[in-house]
Amino acid sequence: MWQYTDVVQEHFLNPRNVGEVENPSGTGDVGSLACGDALKLTIKVDENDTIVDARFKTFGCASAIASSSALTEMIKGMKISEAEKITNQHIADFLGGLPKEKMHCSVMGREALEAAIADYRGIILPMAEGEVVCECFGVTDLEIIRTIKDSDLRSVEEITNFTKAGGGCGKCEDKLQALLNETLGTIPAKEKVAGKPQKMTTLQKIKKIEEVLEREIKPMLRQDGGDIELIDVDGDDVLVSMRGACTSCAKSQMTLKEYVEKKLRELVLDTLTVEEAK
Amino acid sequence: MKTTPGKEIYMDNNATTRIAPEVVEAMMPFLTDYYGNPSSMYNFGGQVAEKITAARRQVADLLGADPEEITFTSCGTESDSTAVLSALKSFPERKHILTTRVEHPAVKTLCESLEALTGHKHRVTRLKVAADGTLDMAEYEKALSEDTAIVSVMWANNETGVLFPVEEMAAMAKERGILFHTDAVQAVGKVPINMKESSVDFLSLSGHKLHAPKGVGVLYVRRGTPFVPFLAGGHQERGRRGGTENVASIVGLGRACSLAAEKMEEENSRVKALRDRLEERLLANVPRALLNGHKTERLPNTSNISFEFVEGESILLHLNELNICASSGSACTSGSLEPSHVLRAMGVPFTAAHGSIRFSLSVYNTDEEVDYVLEKIPAIIATLRKMSPFWTGE
Repeated sequence: MWQYTDVVQEHFLNPRNVGEVENPSGTGDVGSLACGDALKLTIKVDENDTIVDARFKTFGCASAIASSSALTEMIKGMKISEAEKITNQHIADFLGGLPKEKMHCSVMGREALEAAIADYRGIILPMAEGEVVCECFGVTDLEIIRTIKDSDLRSVEEITNFTKAGGGCGKCEDKLQALLNETLGTIPAKEKVAGKPQKMTTLQKIKKIEEVLEREIKPMLRQDGGDIELIDVDGDDVLVSMRGACTSCAKSQMTLKEYVEKKLRELVLDTLTVEEAK
Repeated sequence: MKTTPGKEIYMDNNATTRIAPEVVEAMMPFLTDYYGNPSSMYNFGGQVAEKITAARRQVADLLGADPEEITFTSCGTESDSTAVLSALKSFPERKHILTTRVEHPAVKTLCESLEALTGHKHRVTRLKVAADGTLDMAEYEKALSEDTAIVSVMWANNETGVLFPVEEMAAMAKERGILFHTDAVQAVGKVPINMKESSVDFLSLSGHKLHAPKGVGVLYVRRGTPFVPFLAGGHQERGRRGGTENVASIVGLGRACSLAAEKMEEENSRVKALRDRLEERLLANVPRALLNGHKTERLPNTSNISFEFVEGESILLHLNELNICASSGSACTSGSLEPSHVLRAMGVPFTAAHGSIRFSLSVYNTDEEVDYVLEKIPAIIATLRKMSPFWTGE
């Protein structure tokens, strides 16, 4: 069992500011269902650049909910210029600390706040740029370097605790170590972090695929009593499961290739292949 | 807040179980007055050895085995490692291990480490499972090869309770001269097992899953099966497992096995009825709740239910406030960042895998406890869903 502080438990059991601000001045949407936590932060900013209201909706564990609740309490009444300076460590401190494996929850809070402020200002964050290092959780080198600096990280394990990078298949651990060495400047990295540039992170891919499934494909299949569920995305391989009438339909394979795959290639990425999970 | 013992509503019996009072009673003399070493040459030790012999008989009776086929170990994990490594050492020319994608970490991690350690000299085939957690026997048959040193397939899955047809699988392995191991940690005491009628060569069980204490397990080894010990040391357990016997726990495990035989009927009737009622009402009363695992090919005590769009740890901690103990296959509860490998192997969608809760009952659960859990869960799920950015329902 995690050792949560009383403050974390209290904010988890009695979260403040749950919901969405009406007509928000800024929205920050980070994380995804696939990754196991997600946070939607909405803020209302008045003409003096002060955050007059902040609300959250969070899918995640106790520390994710507590971090979100803490964040909204911290920024209400703050000037945007002050709120900008909030780091994940501030959120963790507000909660009296978080278990080290849960620090990524406070990072999610900081990311949501940044995204909401950027949205308020009408600018696009540079975060999604950079090269994806951790494919499992879609974490880029820029995010990792920034977190290493912000939180004074010293090991790959700490990088995983704070950013989730390396927490899935673990194949990127060498790259993480190289990034760490480079960033700390202690040991010169043997080689520049490898990895071919990709147009989309896995995370972005999943989000986009989920969107297209919901908006375009599911309504169409449901007309015939069928349905479809996203199971997994591995590189460009999209694994889905056909549901309802589709399971017994002789044409379901055709639907999969001729309709679902075509649609996803057209609207998400033209290198995707769609397979049914057996 | 701490949970006062006796106040808990314990529905996590696949994690561990309460030590039966009868078991505690049987153990006590060996924690106090009877401290002799069973190997010693005087009565003060010899009388302790007699109790180990009696316990071995009790375990053998539950499994329909001969006492000499029973080796006491420290836990299920040790039994699993012993069996798999023994087979590999007995057939060094065979490099193939056949297992499933949904094994307990005791076998899963062992296979991964064997692949890594020997520079992939060992080849591991992991059988897929269907959406309901069951195996494809045709795939299994195809995977058996002359190079297979051992098949290791769990009898019942710890997360979903799904049962595998191990008897049939063991017979198929035997026809081809391949050793068969089953991790039966969750099955023993809940499913009738008769090794006399079986082709299984190795079977692992764990004391603390059947109301004996933690720190004691058993490896069943069929008579005549080649065997190489895992722990080298003294002559204990006929040289099959060195180390002075954990006497009190072994005696406790013996008593627990005789109790399990008495209570197997109750497990499969009263406990099963409690589980079914809990499951049916939850699926009916909570929208977007899904059952994980085959409805009938399953242990009588286990129910794994996904509550879509909410996260398992949050559910568990709300339950914890009510002293209700259960577990989850979500990423957050495991310390890893990914949800349960079992649910992923079954293709449970992301929307559901993170919100899975496992209830595992025992003979100590009551109707009142099930009522209480049924009363509390819908509100907890509703509260968390109201907070979830993915929940669009009412």
